[in-house]
Order: sequence, then C-alpha cells, then structure tokens
Amino acid sequence: MKIITDLPSVFEEFAEARKNSFLSVKRIKDEGKPVIGVYCGYFPMEIAMAAGAVVVGICSMSDETVGDAEKDLPRNLCPLIKSSYGFAKTDKCPFFYFSDLVVGETTCDGKKKMYEHLGGIKPVYVMQLPNSQDDSGYALWKSELFRFKDYIENMFGVRVSDENLKKQISLKNRERQALKRLSYLMALDPAPISGENLFNLLYGSTFKFDKEAVISEIEAVIEKIMRDYESGINVGKKPRIIITGCPIGGATLKVLRAVESKGGCVVAFENCSGMKNIDNMTDESDPDMYGALAKRYLDIGCSCMSPNPNRYELLGRMIDEFHADGVIDMTLVACHTYNVEAFGIKRFCLEEKHVPYMHMETDYSQSDIGQLETRAAAFIEML
Amino acid sequence: MLGLGIDSGSTVTKGALFDGEKVVRRLMIPTKSNPKKSIRLVYDSLISDDVGFAVSTGYGRALLEKAGKQVTEITCHAKGASFLCPEARTVIDIGGQDCKAIKLDQMGSVSDFIMNDKCAAGTGRFVEIMLKALELESGDLDDAVLNASPVSITSMCAVFAESEMISLLASGEREQDIAAGIVHSICRRTAVFASKLNPEGPVFFSGGLAGYNCFRSFLEKYVGLKTVVHEDSQFAGAIGASIIAYSCLMKG
Ligand code: SF4
Ligand code: SF4
Repeated sequence: MKIITDLPSVFEEFAEARKNSFLSVKRIKDEGKPVIGVYCGYFPMEIAMAAGAVVVGICSMSDETVGDAEKDLPRNLCPLIKSSYGFAKTDKCPFFYFSDLVVGETTCDGKKKMYEHLGGIKPVYVMQLPNSQDDSGYALWKSELFRFKDYIENMFGVRVSDENLKKQISLKNRERQALKRLSYLMALDPAPISGENLFNLLYGSTFKFDKEAVISEIEAVIEKIMRDYESGINVGKKPRIIITGCPIGGATLKVLRAVESKGGCVVAFENCSGMKNIDNMTDESDPDMYGALAKRYLDIGCSCMSPNPNRYELLGRMIDEFHADGVIDMTLVACHTYNVEAFGIKRFCLEEKHVPYMHMETDYSQSDIGQLETRAAAFIEML
Repeated sequence: MLGLGIDSGSTVTKGALFDGEKVVRRLMIPTKSNPKKSIRLVYDSLISDDVGFAVSTGYGRALLEKAGKQVTEITCHAKGASFLCPEARTVIDIGGQDCKAIKLDQMGSVSDFIMNDKCAAGTGRFVEIMLKALELESGDLDDAVLNASPVSITSMCAVFAESEMISLLASGEREQDIAAGIVHSICRRTAVFASKLNPEGPVFFSGGLAGYNCFRSFLEKYVGLKTVVHEDSQFAGAIGASIIAYSCLMKG
C-alpha cells in the first residue's frame, strides 16, 4: 500500500483514475477475467463480482460522440443516451471495447429503446427493472437478479456460489461505507475540501478495480483530510450547495465548476455520481441474499421509479445533515423523468425544507457556460 | 461619497450614481458592437473623486477592470426595482436579448428568479426587428397599437417572425394590426414565462420595453397583476448596482 504524501496529488491521481484504468482493464482482460460494461446505478455489482467479473462504467458523459449518435437517434433525446450510443457506435470508449458483455436496465424509455440498437454492436443483456418499490416490484427484481446470475454463469462458464456472493456483498458494503464516510466529511462547516475534489474521489474510485485497495486508500484520504482540517486547512466559509438530479460528470461538471467558481461550495451530490449509490447498504443479516440485494438496489431513489419517495427522503436528510444553504437540481435536456420530478423537488425544498432551490437544465455542449455561471452567481448572491 | 453602478446590456450600457439617498446622475449610451468601449465610456463620464466604489453588472460586467465588484443582473435589478418601487413583489425585465423574472420577499431581497437568454424571441431585439420590418418609428408604436385589431402571430422566433411579418404585409394586413399582434404575443409569452414563479403583485416592469405604454398595459392584462413602471425603469440594473456600490462603500 503506497503512502499518501499530499492531498493535491491524491486528488490528481483519482481524477486521472479513469484514464489510467484503460490499461488495467486491458491487463485484466489479458488475464482472462470477464469484463462487464455498465451504465447505471441499478446494476447489481455483487453478482458480477462473485462471478469473477470486473465491472466498469462505460463512457457516457461527453459530447464528443453526440453528433455521431444523432445520425441514428433523435436529436431531442437525453445527451447521456446519445453519448452512450455514440461511444459504442464509434468504438471510442475503451471500456466498451474491452467489455465481454454490456448490461443495461429498463430504466427510462430512451435508454431501454437505445439498448435495442446497442445489441447490434455488442452482446447486450437487459435487466427488466420494475418501476415501483412494492412487493411485486421487489419480487420481480429478485427474479431478474437470478436470471442475470444464470446468464453470466452460462456465458462465462463460472458458478456464483453463495459463499462468494456473501463475501462480495460485505466487500461492496464496506466500500460504500468508506465512500459515505468520506462524503460526510463535507458535513463539516467550513467544508474541508472542494466539491470538485470530492467528486473526483468518488468518481475515480469507480475506476479502481481492487476494491480492498480502494477501501484502504479512501480510509487514508479521510485520515489525511481530517488531519489537515484539524490544523486549520479548509475551503473557507462559503454558501453550501447540494446538487441533485441526473448523474453529473464529464461535460456537466460545468455546473459544479460554475457554482464553485462563483463562490459556492458543493458539499454533496444527491445523484448517481454521489450519495444515491452509496447511501444504502445491502442487509448482510438477511439469509435471503438475492432478496436483500433486490431490496438494496430497487430502493435507489431514481426518477424512473413512480412514485419516488426515496429521493425525497434522501434529499431531505442530506439537506439537514450537510447544513445546505441551497439546492441545485441539475437535469439533462429531454430527461423527462427528472425534469418532471423537478417541480416536486422544488416544492419539497421550498415548502417543506425551506431551502432555496434552483433548477438548471443543461446538455453536454459547452455553449451555455456563461449562462450557467450567471445563474449560479445570482443564486449564490441570493442565499 | 457616491456609489457608481454600470449595467452593460446587449443593446444599451447604463450608468448611475447614488449618494445614499437618491440617484444623482444617470447616463445611457448604445452598446453597439463594442461593449468594452461602451462600459469604459460610461465609467469615464461618471467617475470623479467623489466616487468611492464601482459595481458592474449585466452581461458585459466582466469587461470593466476598474469595477470593485461584479454583481449579477438578477441581484442588481432586484435592488433597483425595490428602490424605484418599494412595494414591488415581482420584477419582470425584458432586455435587449434576454428576459428575466424575479420574485422579491417582503424585504425586497431576491427569493426566486428565472432567466431566459437562450434566444431573442420576445425581447427588445425582436421589437427592433419588428419596427424595421414594418417601417415604424419607435415613438409611434403606442399610438399605432392603440386602436388596432391585432392579427395573430404564430412565430415567436426572431428569424421566422420577420418573414412572417413580410408575408402578412404582402397579404394586405395593416402595419398597426401586425404590430399589435406582436406586442400581444410578446406580452402573452412573457406572462407565461413569469407564471413559473407564481408572481405576486405589484409587478415592476423594467428594461427597454417598459418605455412603451402598450407593453405595460398588455403585460398587466396577461399577468393579471397590477404592473407598474417608473421613468427610470430602464436604469433599474444600473441603479441597483450603484446602491450596492454605495453599501460596499459604507461597509468599508
Ligand atoms: S439516475 Fe437512474 S437511470 Fe440514471 S444512472 Fe442513476 S439509477 Fe440509473
Ligand atoms: S438522464 Fe434521464 S433520460 Fe437520460 S438516461 Fe438518465 S434517466 Fe434516462
């Protein structure tokens, strides 16, 4: 385990993790391990890990390939879907290239229809995600987990033993706990690090495939941040912003940067780049492991769920625990589920939580940066 | 001592000096193609030894190196509006190329806002295009619209509306009826935009279009709330900036 020298170089290293992992994925592949490419927080990592596969998030956050995608797909489609498809079509994403299997879920309409086309490029396995968190939903999702397990057992000629699954469940929980502890350092006021650094740590960790190593690295980072904090290092007293909404990253980091360059600090992410993926744990005491996994995943408060009470519950809790001064709801153009939900989130923030709210709809182009900056600055002046 | 505020808009650059109680000077020049030059010109004309602090706002606000502070047009318009009309609860500003609506709390501070600066539809620029296509003088618009029977305009895109106007003229529609149609549709559109904020009255209407009585009265009709203007409506952003400059001065 290497020793952390200073935080800036650790931040740097995590920020570069995605790029650096191109080679590790190739190495993993050369060792004969299966690689599974995924897009979404609903993917049951533990089952894939128990099958000895390595899971990697496929590129979907840059506008580089949107143009190519628009030759086949409608223009007024969510940029995340267009970007994903474009990367696959043009073979520009190394993770897609190295993936033996790509797994999607029937989350939103645009995505599930896009997967049908993706199937023409790579083997794509689609999990049928129910859209409500009730008994029949949990039962269906549990049966989908079994179907997926059988599928990869067949495909890769491996067996997913209960014993190994149990281990992976506990490993994944420990990783989530470490990332959650890291995220909660931002509950301190003033915040110890910038939102951009927090983002890089969270995002970078998903491109490190040795989970035990990730856990120790994150633990070490936490310790270092706390030591610095105690010696008086922090970002200073700033308006504290929670970003909620669609996944953020790549091109949409412009929103985070607009907020932080205009004097705010993004203290937490209530989205799939942040807390949505690490807040809830799989119940390790439940002997019904697949049932427990089904519950853990289906409980994610994504706007594809109807109704979607868990998003309100999580956001409400985060507003309190992170002492938020404002909430910015970042949604992608043409993402109907999040854009429609925005109205409910706005009312929830203003009327129930009494915290200022702003909706920022954007896409992957960089043409609206000036506008986003003005809006972020005006929002921060208002707090 | 005085606070100086400069609002660098897309079509006009405005400046104001505030002495702690009242606006002692105001100045407005066209922005033309060189916002940096215009903002410097306004600064140089208003600066004196009495000015202790300058705040810039508007879309060219970053272009004045000598500004002590840059503040967004949302905050400045809100400040200016509640100075000119203390009872205002909502501000609707239609600028040269953008449109914004701001909700104010009891203290006159911003509680919510929305902006639209993605396209020129329904802005001052759009009205300019209309006046040109219809060969109307801006000073004649109110009179022209007064007794007109508005034709319905389908396109609000500045580019398409121009050709629509020309074909309406070709089909024999009267200029004033077309103009009235456009004024109506801009106001209707603006009201729909502002309705997102659940506006409360009175509404303070600012920006270049606030100088026309027809826009004020149709906007009032579509918003459904008492809508007021002030002779300094167009200076609201600059006045707000000068007030903020003055309070920066007082804080030291
Ligand atoms: S926001 Fe929803 S659909 Fe998107 S990655 Fe997260 S869980 Fe999946
Ligand atoms: S951002 Fe919205 S539309 Fe896009 S993939 Fe996610 S849920 Fe679907």
